[in-house]
Amino acid sequence: MEPVHPLIADWFTAQEWTIHPHQQDMLARADDPATLLIAPTGGGKTMAGFLPTLNELADGIHEGLHTLYVSPLKALASDIKRNLRRPVDEIGLPIRIEDRTGDTSATRKKRQRADPPHILLTTPESLALLTSYEDAPRMFKGLKRIVIDEIHALADSKRGDQLMLALSAVQNMCDGLRRVGLSATVEDPAAIAHFLARHPDSCDIVLADPGPDPDISMLNIAEPPPWAGGGAAYAIPAVLEQIKQHKTTLIFHNTRAQAEIFFHNLWLANEDSLPIGIHHGSLDKVQRERVEAAMVRGDLAAIVCTGSLDLGIDWGDVDLVIQIGAPKNVKRLVQRIGRANHRYNAPSKALLVPANRFEVVECVAALQAVKEHELDGDPRGPGPLDVLCQHILIRACAGPIDPDALYQEIKSVGAYSMVTRAQFEDCFDFCATGGYALRAYDKWKRLQERNDGTWALRDPRAAQRIRMNIGTIQDTDTLKVRLQKSRGGKPLGEIEEGFASTLTQGDTFLIGGQIVRYEGLREMTVEVTRRADKKPKVATFGGTKFATSTQLSQRILRMFQQDDWPDLPACTADWLTLQRGVSILPRPGRLLIESFPHEHRNHTVVYGFAGRNAQQTLGLLLSKRMEELGYDPLGFVATDHATLFWGLRAVTDPDALMDPDMMEQGLEQWLAGNALIKRTFRASATIAGLIERNLPSQRKNGRQATFSSDILYDTLHKYDPEHLLLRITKQEALRGLVDFGRIRLMLEQTRGRIDFITLKRVTPLAAPMFLEMGRIPIKGAAEERLLAAETAALMSAAGLA
Amino acid sequence: MSHHAFSFNGEMLHALPSGALYWPAQNLLCVSDLHFGKAQRYALQGGSALPPYEVKDTLMRLDHDITTQAAKTVICLGDSFDRISASADLDLDAREWITRLQAGREWIWIEGNHDPGPVDLGGTHLAEHLRAGLIFRHIAIGETLKSGEISGHYHPKITLNLKARALTRRCFAIDERRLIMPAFGTYTGGLSVRAEPLNTLLSTKAIAVLTGETALPVPIKTR
Repeated sequence: MEPVHPLIADWFTAQEWTIHPHQQDMLARADDPATLLIAPTGGGKTMAGFLPTLNELADGIHEGLHTLYVSPLKALASDIKRNLRRPVDEIGLPIRIEDRTGDTSATRKKRQRADPPHILLTTPESLALLTSYEDAPRMFKGLKRIVIDEIHALADSKRGDQLMLALSAVQNMCDGLRRVGLSATVEDPAAIAHFLARHPDSCDIVLADPGPDPDISMLNIAEPPPWAGGGAAYAIPAVLEQIKQHKTTLIFHNTRAQAEIFFHNLWLANEDSLPIGIHHGSLDKVQRERVEAAMVRGDLAAIVCTGSLDLGIDWGDVDLVIQIGAPKNVKRLVQRIGRANHRYNAPSKALLVPANRFEVVECVAALQAVKEHELDGDPRGPGPLDVLCQHILIRACAGPIDPDALYQEIKSVGAYSMVTRAQFEDCFDFCATGGYALRAYDKWKRLQERNDGTWALRDPRAAQRIRMNIGTIQDTDTLKVRLQKSRGGKPLGEIEEGFASTLTQGDTFLIGGQIVRYEGLREMTVEVTRRADKKPKVATFGGTKFATSTQLSQRILRMFQQDDWPDLPACTADWLTLQRGVSILPRPGRLLIESFPHEHRNHTVVYGFAGRNAQQTLGLLLSKRMEELGYDPLGFVATDHATLFWGLRAVTDPDALMDPDMMEQGLEQWLAGNALIKRTFRASATIAGLIERNLPSQRKNGRQATFSSDILYDTLHKYDPEHLLLRITKQEALRGLVDFGRIRLMLEQTRGRIDFITLKRVTPLAAPMFLEMGRIPIKGAAEERLLAAETAALMSAAGLA
Repeated sequence: MSHHAFSFNGEMLHALPSGALYWPAQNLLCVSDLHFGKAQRYALQGGSALPPYEVKDTLMRLDHDITTQAAKTVICLGDSFDRISASADLDLDAREWITRLQAGREWIWIEGNHDPGPVDLGGTHLAEHLRAGLIFRHIAIGETLKSGEISGHYHPKITLNLKARALTRRCFAIDERRLIMPAFGTYTGGLSVRAEPLNTLLSTKAIAVLTGETALPVPIKTR
């Protein structure tokens, strides 16, 4: 290990700082091929990552690129540039630092390729793009270190897979590249280390002092929470009181729509006009940046937000985090709590606010898990093949590729170390010819074999098209919202296309905390005015909808087995006691199904505790099964813990209903055309390069020229059911929106152990489900009948019948 | 019946749920915008290789309609081929299939903007075609019409709100003088009947006839 350069050591002394033990550790391991640092927020993590770089560059000898810094957020890259610039200037080090993201100008990007800085700060997508240029080897030649920030967030996503694939290419362009990962607290550091290191290199894990345990509790509110819903309006006065008592409060929500409603209600009650802002991913970038700036200046007393503030940047002086709604996932809760109090060695303060009675149980379970340091998370499985397909195309852009060498390179990526030659060949064939059973593109292969056995793009124009479509982030179909003005008014944000299509002129909805009135659609932009005279419809924004984690669900089930519940508020404990008297409480390793009549319908509740997405899928699969078994189902509603069905006949044979083989078959049939499956397909087909989001010289009325991905799905399913992309789609359906993997797990754990209880009326545990939003009618009648009724009504209303 | 029968310029016509138009009095079937060879064009221009089954799928549906209606005349209303040389790119199976369909019936290729000339397949090639007071052309003309016009080109589609969910279908767009056909080809997108220029082309009395399992009529300009 090199000693700390005297200039740097002097600077630390002048700042009256000492180098933290973990920063010292990182310096000691500076020559290791890979190191993972796990440290809490505010622990000097970034400095720990960059100290070895500053040390190595201090003598001014190194020429060209030395360190690459990659973070999941563009904003983080520019923030780090600022934070790094200060010490570098003060120490007087001869180091050039630049960032490169989607926002960087084209001339600047070009210059960076010809004359790279010592430290380049970038994102996974920008790095992937860099590796697609023919001159990439020259740019990366002298590269010594790569620092991956917030690696825990990347390791959970396809963006991370893309990053590590790009890195495997970079690694082969330079000698002795060392990797460093910076992570927040995670449940399985070894998995992140495996993700980070070049396979099979070893990777030491440095654990920084995690600091004191957080000060976390439930917010004390006299009024009991409502039985159902997610608004938490009952908590508004207590939350306002907390905001007054603290400098800056972050108020986290699980969905953007909930954040909007809460923000709206908060302002209605905000008699002191406390400065409170809102921040989420569907708001316009300019608006978000304004809130961020105000927050850094300390101008805001509170910010209502979503996962958009989960990561990274040091947001001013936050001294309280409030989580509204069940945390769903303990690991994310802990990471969110870390947003409060960035001073090292001071406990972060956080309050939980359950939005309804069931969430009280989940909040208490989550509090226990935090105290016991038991974090949740599911192993992610092997690297997804759609990302691999995109990577092959990116590599082909940089020049001819040798499949054997590329296969070896890909196997050096932790997530892809187990990829078989056959899988690789499938992906390669897909990139070259489309990989169809019918060989139709021999003349127009995308990749063509050359005499020396390497493969190259047939048409050089393809490189541009591939580069334009790099990335794995899926934009849901959203439409921009603008204030109506003659030459395009102020942009407010985005809403889902599906929601926009349900609006008619005069309808109102919430965005950025204001009620706006829908006036019309102009060139794919939703035009609104501030003339709000109706109760707002709630906008559905894009964004992730989280499901309660497996570990947290299991903890709730274990809690149900206690004799009494001293930790729970009396109202909730009484409720559970009542359920135990009338029926039973769900048990771990068993599946509770209740059946009872209510308002002339027979109801069935399946307490699967499999998370919202899986319970929703279970609803769709079981309603089909119920139809087959003659129970005449009419509809269902799903929560994180159970699915409630109603129909004409009572369930009599629960084992037949829950038969795992039939359920697997149901999934197979589902693959024939369910909307969720088609959405899953579209995402993978876009990543793999079959569907191009961006085209060169896009025509203005491009809509007419492009056609729906559903057509591609139907065509493949009909004529080529074994195609790679359909196999990928099926694989993807095990997680995410469909989440069939958790249904499978639940069925395995409870097979033959069903508690089937028939009752005369609604049970206490089932009752709140009757108040849930999002009831889904079962389309035994099918779309066509609905359509016929609707069109007939419209015709007669228009006098055309 | 799954088709929608309506009177247009004094003639009784059937909008079929497949997106084809049938004229019983003339025993005539009309389809528009088949776009054969679209997948090849994508690949040729350095784009991705789309599933190569669209010609087969389109022909299968066309075959079904011709056979079911036992039509004596078939009019393909332009953009039958995605580019002028696309007919040469059709594989032997597809060419033989088209020849088989043409046997024993009158077959008219109307020129489109993608295929503005004769193709090397049988049938008559025309810029436009007048029959019993109805004019068949690829692109609707802007001026006021004295008699009925049947055209394609715009690939009309419509979106309906069905109790909190939106459903989009290809559709016929029909007013007193103008009938704009939906695209019949498998790999085709659409333009909303409420967007320009369709919005201006169509009168306030225009209706859309949805394709799908049943051809359903619905007014276009409800508000």
